[in-house]
Amino acid sequence: MREKILYALGAAAALLLARNIWVMLTGLPDEAFQGAIFRIIFFHVPAAFTCFLCFFVALISSIGYLKAGRMHWDALAVSTTEVGLAFGAANLISGMIWARIIWGIWWTWDWRLTSMLVCWLLYAGYLVLRRAVEEPAQRARLSAVLSILSFTVVPFVFFSIKWFRTQHPQPVLYGEGKMDSAYRAMLYGNWVPLLLIAVILIAVRMQQEKRAREIDALRREAHAF
Amino acid sequence: MQYLRQVWTVAAKDLRSELRTKEALNASLSFALVILLLFSFAFDPTAEMTREISGGLLWLVFAFAGALLLNRSFARELENDCLDVLVTSPVPASALFLGKTVANWLLLLGIEIVCLPVFGVFYNVDWARQPAWLAVVLLLATWGITVIGTMFSALTVNLRLRELMLPMLVYPMLIPCLMAAMQLTTALVAGQAPTGDQLAWLRMLVGFDIIFTALSVTLVETVLIG
Repeated sequence: MREKILYALGAAAALLLARNIWVMLTGLPDEAFQGAIFRIIFFHVPAAFTCFLCFFVALISSIGYLKAGRMHWDALAVSTTEVGLAFGAANLISGMIWARIIWGIWWTWDWRLTSMLVCWLLYAGYLVLRRAVEEPAQRARLSAVLSILSFTVVPFVFFSIKWFRTQHPQPVLYGEGKMDSAYRAMLYGNWVPLLLIAVILIAVRMQQEKRAREIDALRREAHAF
Repeated sequence: MQYLRQVWTVAAKDLRSELRTKEALNASLSFALVILLLFSFAFDPTAEMTREISGGLLWLVFAFAGALLLNRSFARELENDCLDVLVTSPVPASALFLGKTVANWLLLLGIEIVCLPVFGVFYNVDWARQPAWLAVVLLLATWGITVIGTMFSALTVNLRLRELMLPMLVYPMLIPCLMAAMQLTTALVAGQAPTGDQLAWLRMLVGFDIIFTALSVTLVETVLIG
């Protein structure tokens, strides 16, 4: 049953994505200053939102683990962190492609770019830390603490374009942002399939964590005899 | 009041054992000097050039030296199960943590005070033109390094590959603190008193210290006791 739901969600995400790409390429006109490449924003921004949302859920589940001590909170934290990292990478790479076309360079040491990279590296460090701890309860505890500490960077990344002078384009959705309503609708509209994909990946990953725990328990039982 | 005495007892214990053995201190100080030397090959060490990058150079040296010092902070207690005794003693975990942080802070400040004149001599820089401001920046940024470093030292103490994990986790976390310290130090070494932009960096440094001290004090009990 659970698997059928995941397949259905996957199919829905694929269909939505195909429809969105079709509309993007045929329905929406090129942006006045940037030309065709601006369409990358429909993936770049939702990927960042998904990434931050994942890290936020990881923060909540880390606190949940420290409060309740249940292993499924830890499974949720590691799953969301991994998926968040994937979407963070998508955000960084799509941004670099855009920068190559518009700015002429792949990377610049700008506040927004740098803070996002730091954020990504911190959460990558979270995964490395997990590898280094053998005992599951200790691993869950230490990585929960690291996840809470790491989240301090996320608001910094988010607001860096307001707080500092940066080369990164100013926000188009909030504040003084202005964006044509058709573009805006597409930006949010494309967030839906990306969120669906994230949910599917997290569900699969949590299932794996549960299986790994079961196998671990069986192995301990076998050694006990 | 009793809490402060507990913090100081732990700090004094750490300082005493470090000053008697000097194991981390010697390694850290000589490492700092080696890096100072290595930097002279990385760029042409003219006075002009050095002034421009002095902040970055100095804080990288301090951060590297600090990692060596911080690695030992909790690892030292593993022998003879000292850590278990400390954790079970009536001292709260946060006092234990703050005590160790204070000890590391003083040790790292000591290393910095030795490194600065050496830097001045080797690179022909008159670094003490804004001594009061420089002292403020040193105190604040070193606290940032040690509070995060001590926290991660506690976090990684029981891990395999402890010596590798600590710098890998600490440096990305430290970036805001180091960045502010580098910007401020470069300006101060060049003899400018902080204005506008630099005061914003100073505020960031203070904010960084407050946020991470509060977070670490809250979370350290979970890390050490569970």
